[in-house]
Amino acid sequence: MKLNINGRDHEVDAPDDMPLLWVLRDLVGLTGTKYGCGVAQCGSCTVQLDGVPMRSCSLPVVGVAGRKIVTIEGLADGDTLHAVQQAWLDLDVVQCGYCQSGQIMSAAALLASNAKPSDADIDTAMAGNLCRCATYPRIRAAIHAAAAKLGEGSAQS
Amino acid sequence: MSSDIVNLSRRRFIAGSATLGGALVLGFHLDPRSRAQAAPEAAPSVQLNAFLTIAADGAITVYVKHSEMGQGVLTSIPMIIAEELDADWSRVTALPGDARPEFAHAQWGIQATGGSTSTYTSFEQMRKVGATARAMLLQAAAARSKLDAKDLRTEGGAVIGPETGQRWTYGELAGDAAKLTPPTDIALKERKDFKLIGKRQHRLDGRAKVTGSAGFGIDVRVPGMLYARVLHAPVFGATLKSFDDKRATAIKGVRHVVQIHSGVAVVGDHWWAAKQGVDAIDAQWELGDHASFSSESQRQEMGKLLKGDGASAKAVGDVAAAMAEAKDPIEAEYDFPYLSHAPMEPMNATAEVREDGVTVWAPTQFQTFDQMAAARVAGVTPDKVVLHTTLLGGGFGRRATPSSDFVSEAVAIAKAVKAPVQLLWAREDDIKGGYYRPRTRVTAKLALDADKRPAALRVKIANQSIMLGTPFAPDLKEGGVDPSQVEGLDNWPYAVPNLSVSYHMAKAAVPVLWWRSVGHSFSAYVKETLIDEAAVAAGVDPIDYRIELLKAHPREVALLQKLKEVSNWGKATEGRHQGVAIHESFGSLVGHVVEISLTGGELKMHKLTSVVDCGSVVNPDTVKAQIMGGGLMGLSAALGEAITFKDGKVVQSNFTDYPILSIAKAPAVEVHILESGAKMGGVGEPGTPPAAPALANAIAAASGKRLRDLPLDLASLKA
Repeated sequence: MKLNINGRDHEVDAPDDMPLLWVLRDLVGLTGTKYGCGVAQCGSCTVQLDGVPMRSCSLPVVGVAGRKIVTIEGLADGDTLHAVQQAWLDLDVVQCGYCQSGQIMSAAALLASNAKPSDADIDTAMAGNLCRCATYPRIRAAIHAAAAKLGEGSAQS
Repeated sequence: MSSDIVNLSRRRFIAGSATLGGALVLGFHLDPRSRAQAAPEAAPSVQLNAFLTIAADGAITVYVKHSEMGQGVLTSIPMIIAEELDADWSRVTALPGDARPEFAHAQWGIQATGGSTSTYTSFEQMRKVGATARAMLLQAAAARSKLDAKDLRTEGGAVIGPETGQRWTYGELAGDAAKLTPPTDIALKERKDFKLIGKRQHRLDGRAKVTGSAGFGIDVRVPGMLYARVLHAPVFGATLKSFDDKRATAIKGVRHVVQIHSGVAVVGDHWWAAKQGVDAIDAQWELGDHASFSSESQRQEMGKLLKGDGASAKAVGDVAAAMAEAKDPIEAEYDFPYLSHAPMEPMNATAEVREDGVTVWAPTQFQTFDQMAAARVAGVTPDKVVLHTTLLGGGFGRRATPSSDFVSEAVAIAKAVKAPVQLLWAREDDIKGGYYRPRTRVTAKLALDADKRPAALRVKIANQSIMLGTPFAPDLKEGGVDPSQVEGLDNWPYAVPNLSVSYHMAKAAVPVLWWRSVGHSFSAYVKETLIDEAAVAAGVDPIDYRIELLKAHPREVALLQKLKEVSNWGKATEGRHQGVAIHESFGSLVGHVVEISLTGGELKMHKLTSVVDCGSVVNPDTVKAQIMGGGLMGLSAALGEAITFKDGKVVQSNFTDYPILSIAKAPAVEVHILESGAKMGGVGEPGTPPAAPALANAIAAASGKRLRDLPLDLASLKA
């Protein structure tokens, strides 16, 4: 079947019920998306499907053929990081970093639909992305910082 | 050669001495031919010593001997080297160090990361690495310029001469420097001259971690590699009688089903096949004695143990006599559950077993043990095992396993199927698969004098020893006291003339291990909630009460005063309540104030305010991050983490029933650093111990209820 990942088409030979996560990691070779629980409870495997954050560990690959899949590898524009990634760097959000691909994909999707989220909006949107290092307070701050940056950009344009 | 020293240390370690007193002095031998690790630079580079390469273009790569699991060593250790080297920080990158003798822990003699020790135990050693390299580069510049080294200085990755334009970059000089004999007598900088140390630096691993390119254990890819999962026994100690793999082998992508020492491995073209394969194995087990074990049966058994005298861990004065005179002592019983580390990256390792040796890639805190285990399983000598350290998707102690469980499994499977294999445990395998913070019961009796000050304290601790049955067993103390399980109580700091602490060793088939902050993870709870109860009984402000009882501990007093100042202590808005706790562990002192509300019995944590005194600081930002994360992990456990048993089986299986803190429940956090100038301590763990007791004390302030068991019975607050 044909998958559109980060703007490129990939032909993959996978069982229909194979979760997208394992197709990405073990067949396509994109390892930025992580396995954490396998039951859509931790968010480490979050990717964007047509712009909506989805848990790829619980998404049979057959259902995503032909749709627009974006993974952490596809978020930056070449060497220019997405505002969320840059805010993560500026505030040194990461610790072990394992869950952060999923956190960033969820945060970027949040800002795409809500340009100026409150703490409560962030908590609701990000509650499914667990971080055992508990970087949460910095995640909140970084989302606000990225929102401000994106706001500046749109005000100028 | 330094390796002789390391080998000697290892032999001593194997013989059973876990604490190899004294720092290991490593030679910074200058051998560009020494087993070079793949350097990332395109420019030709020179390996000045095991820790450092300098490329012709000036790029510096630091090989970090301690494992990066979030605590920031991949940044702090290069900072220390770069400081003394006068490197251009923007040209410094860091890589995790592979297993090699030069990378032995400065105090333990084996390569390992734990006990919050990485930065402070390697601080002087890493400074010397940087200073030695700088001296060699200076000498190379002197030889080249025919100037006296005294007239040269270093700055920003270059040697600079007295005349305008006299500037030689480290990249230019590295080749010459590598031919020199390293000086043995080198001066280190004065603290006041530090440019990097003590100042915030961004994490060197940040960019890789926000772009998905960071290499964790599960991201290793080896040509021809297969993927594996192992079916483990449903009950600890059970043995496999037989299994039927017909359904497993019928799954598309499954290549092999093999029995190994710990269960049945399914190996496939991708992990999805292996995962489903394990689910499809029909196995018969001889369950053994542990099948009758339950959390309730253990509770009763520990209750019996606590009725006895146990083994004395600390005895001061005459507790029995003082108790006989005591009026209305505070009597308290505590029950702390088994806890899973549950790092976000489940256990995994990748192995390739060849005729001539073994290569392992592992997210591990215990390189030396893992190297020896891989050798044992593969049937080769340890020098034939190359072990590459990957980034760790969390550690918290789980990846420092004396049995090397996950590495042993990966090597056994790779050997059996004659192909490179990546073993990955499912989350369920991790939650159910053992190595937990020991379930612990504690009883305490605290008598107060007429002035409501502590007169006598008796504490009894019952749990499984972590050290028993491991290479650390020789560190058990007289009578069978496990020092790691009485820490934090055997050095009870509050003034009390009569004190008795005893240890009551419990036995169970459940594998136990150090969980972030080890014994302090429960001892701080006992100490800090108990003293809070005493403060309430005395009618004195809990911070003032502590200060009064800590007159002999000026560091603690200073921390409490700072905490009072920064936490808005005593001035919470209506409906908000505060709780305080402080605790010393791993050489550092941390105090937390938790501010909560209990509306209709519904708990909301609003703010965690912390003060840390770790003596002196390398990277203030990672210190703050660690105290924040450590504190929140303590709150996470207090709110709902517990591993329980029924019919010998672990009841929990995934984050559905082993809930870890989410952003929705995380309070705002503010961390303050108090640089007391004391000896440098650790920061990875010390944030955890005082968090749960600060929360419990806030709940008591709000509700008058003392919740002594963890996780907290939050439902009881609604009654």
